[in-house]
Amino acid sequence: MAVLDERDAVRRLYDRFGFGPRPGELDAGGGFDAALAKLLDPAAAASDVGVKATPAPQVALPGKRDKADAAAKKQANAQVRDQAVQVVTWWLDRMVAADVASGERLTWFWHGHFATSEQKVKSPALMLAQNETQRRLGLGGFTGLAKAMVVDPAMLIWLDGNSNKAGSPNENLAREFMELFALGVGHYSETDVREAARVLTGWTAQRDLADAKFVPKRHDGGSKQVLGSSGDFDAQSFVDVVLSRPESARFIVDRLWFRLVSPTPPAPDVMDRLVSAYGQGRDIRALLTAIAREPAFRDTTTTLVKQPVEWLVGLMRAVGVRPAELDTKTMTQVLAGLRGMGQVPFEPPSVGGWAAGGAWLTTSAGVARLHLAQLVTAKADLSAVTGSKDPTEAIRSVLGVRAWSDRTRTALSGIGKDAKQLSTVAACAPEYVVSG
Amino acid sequence: MDKITRRKFLTLTGVTAAGALAAGATQVDWSHLMTAAQQNPLDPDAGVLVVVTLYGGNDGLNTVVPAADRAYQNARPELAYKPEEVLDLGEGLGLNPGMKGLKSLWDANQLAIVRGVGYPKPDHSHFRSMAIWQTASPETSVPTGWLGRWLDASGDDPLRAVSVEPVLPPLLAGAQTAAASMPVGGLTLPSGKLGTAFAALGAPQAGEDVWQARASRSIGDLHNAVKVLGGAVHGKAAGEQAKGQLGAQLDLVASLIEAGVPTRAYSVSLGGFDTHADERGTQQRLLTELDAALTPFAQRMAKTERGKQAVVMVYSEFGRRVLANASQGTDHGTAGPMFVLGNGVRAGFHGAQPSLTDLDNGDLKESTDFRDVYATMLEGVLGTEAGKVLGDHSGRVDTLLST
Repeated sequence: MAVLDERDAVRRLYDRFGFGPRPGELDAGGGFDAALAKLLDPAAAASDVGVKATPAPQVALPGKRDKADAAAKKQANAQVRDQAVQVVTWWLDRMVAADVASGERLTWFWHGHFATSEQKVKSPALMLAQNETQRRLGLGGFTGLAKAMVVDPAMLIWLDGNSNKAGSPNENLAREFMELFALGVGHYSETDVREAARVLTGWTAQRDLADAKFVPKRHDGGSKQVLGSSGDFDAQSFVDVVLSRPESARFIVDRLWFRLVSPTPPAPDVMDRLVSAYGQGRDIRALLTAIAREPAFRDTTTTLVKQPVEWLVGLMRAVGVRPAELDTKTMTQVLAGLRGMGQVPFEPPSVGGWAAGGAWLTTSAGVARLHLAQLVTAKADLSAVTGSKDPTEAIRSVLGVRAWSDRTRTALSGIGKDAKQLSTVAACAPEYVVSG
Repeated sequence: MDKITRRKFLTLTGVTAAGALAAGATQVDWSHLMTAAQQNPLDPDAGVLVVVTLYGGNDGLNTVVPAADRAYQNARPELAYKPEEVLDLGEGLGLNPGMKGLKSLWDANQLAIVRGVGYPKPDHSHFRSMAIWQTASPETSVPTGWLGRWLDASGDDPLRAVSVEPVLPPLLAGAQTAAASMPVGGLTLPSGKLGTAFAALGAPQAGEDVWQARASRSIGDLHNAVKVLGGAVHGKAAGEQAKGQLGAQLDLVASLIEAGVPTRAYSVSLGGFDTHADERGTQQRLLTELDAALTPFAQRMAKTERGKQAVVMVYSEFGRRVLANASQGTDHGTAGPMFVLGNGVRAGFHGAQPSLTDLDNGDLKESTDFRDVYATMLEGVLGTEAGKVLGDHSGRVDTLLST
């Protein structure tokens, strides 16, 4: 196994635990350990200037809708759409602004993991609340996060919690919780799904209410048998039962590994070490530390295709473009560009979350990527490139790319000195699209 | 119609010059559609219809093959597929050996086949019969396409129907509204130094990381796709479309659906099915291309919530004569099978298989009127009362859709 040298390992760490290095960040000194300590510092968020400067917006819950009044309904829908744009713009801006990006990167990971879509929830306020929960709990213990998600209002709307009541259960949330959120397919039976659905009966949410509500008379009381345990479980003790299965820890390790390290699952001995780091406390921060310290983390072949949001945010961080500072028209084009690439935050395509790898490398996504790169570089501060004697080298450094291939250097050299065009093409180069 | 270009063919149907098309179709590009999806996304519960037109008259009997039927073997000694050659569907029928992907979808209960689809008093002219299918008016010539009338009946936003073909087909032209088309220019690539440099990123680099190589190849593919999608516009015969065109069209449609573009109906096409001579090889190649385009599309659509709302419908203007002609081909015939795919489709056979012995002047007798299928799509997928588009046509294929 060929391994990355120290500098390239730091570069990868910034890529995988953040959104890529900012210009100069790789030269800050201290090496891998210092970078890791900075990225996983529990006190980081509290003192982060970029985070403090970008407080979450106040978003009102949607009002009660009068279904008979077509004009009022139209107006309410327009308001929800505006709020959705406001929330997604804020989050992208926060991702760009955060000085230590690991908190946002992990929030982004959990959003894809507990994939919930505004398309069905239709309440940006509840989507934002879920997002804040994932941010608050995303680097702590998985138990707390899972317990919050199983009764999260947006989640309950998304996975039909409102239809799940005694006598007429809806299995959607129970099934997906085990299959996609906490255990993995094949590690539970259909009976477990039915029983788990009974456990979760009674939890309801409405798009115009901030909190989920447990309605005792909708709840199917009495004993249930889930995954070999029996008892009169509630939602929280159900989560305990699921998470105590040995397959659960492996599943969570596997999911983080898949998004942060490699599409190839960890080797058995690596998995064992990571599971023990995750431990009884199901500690995500400890797990991430262990992942970063695995030799496989430095394997040169464990490259990853950046997801569109990761690519865009990384580019904006590198060239100093803030979504919140863009005019409405440009921001609409940015979101349309992300849509063209196939990924808009708060709109995962299904509860399974977004695709990975080659799915981001379609031809139509290539067009969208190029247009998006043009939009961003048009607003960018490229003085480091403009003022350089070797602009090709300068944009490499700005983007934090290890090295250009001969192919890309040739392509870039055809452009000459136009810094915007140079940056546009550089951002679309395979060396930047893929995290090395 | 080997020598006739697609554009001329469409003009000859008599529809292109009429109605809303006279003013020219709205041309849209990729960014335009994505902005629409951003500002006014499609209701996630709304059905989406993808119409695949096979131009030239696809030989239905060698597509869904009654290989076990002696009458079929006797009628086409040189042209017939033997029972062991076809991909068994049951009931004595088998798929053309080029359609392995559709066979796997069939086995997974994801493919419906409507058999014997046609219309009364069949017309054997490509132009007239295609006009009948596209206007859904067998008895009289009308200047509007069936989905064009659906556009007229359900609002005036042209984005609700989009053609990814080089030329807008008549089926999408209404009296007031025509569908938008996203032709060649839809994938707009920059010109000049920027365009040249971007294209140069598509060059392979020896020893490159596997994902980087794939990223590079996708840029190369993109430039090819732009060429391919543009290929059929400029006077090429219908049978000479660049290979992979249907796949490229469906690839775009998939991305548009997944993005939530506010479009309910898409039109794509594959030409070249006019196989009077040496039919077997040509048709099998085309059906293989159809299979290679439809299969990944169906698989991709099954993976997302929006994709699950899509229903694909494949048709051609007619099938072929039962009896082979003297040059290992078949002449213009009548009824043929339609393929229907999608999450909301009830898999299996629908409609009766036409008899090979009880013929109408050497041609198959239709068992299902194509307007039955259209009406079912209008009501079950597009949520529009069929009467607004098809007049008093009352037939439906009741069990075709599960929703």
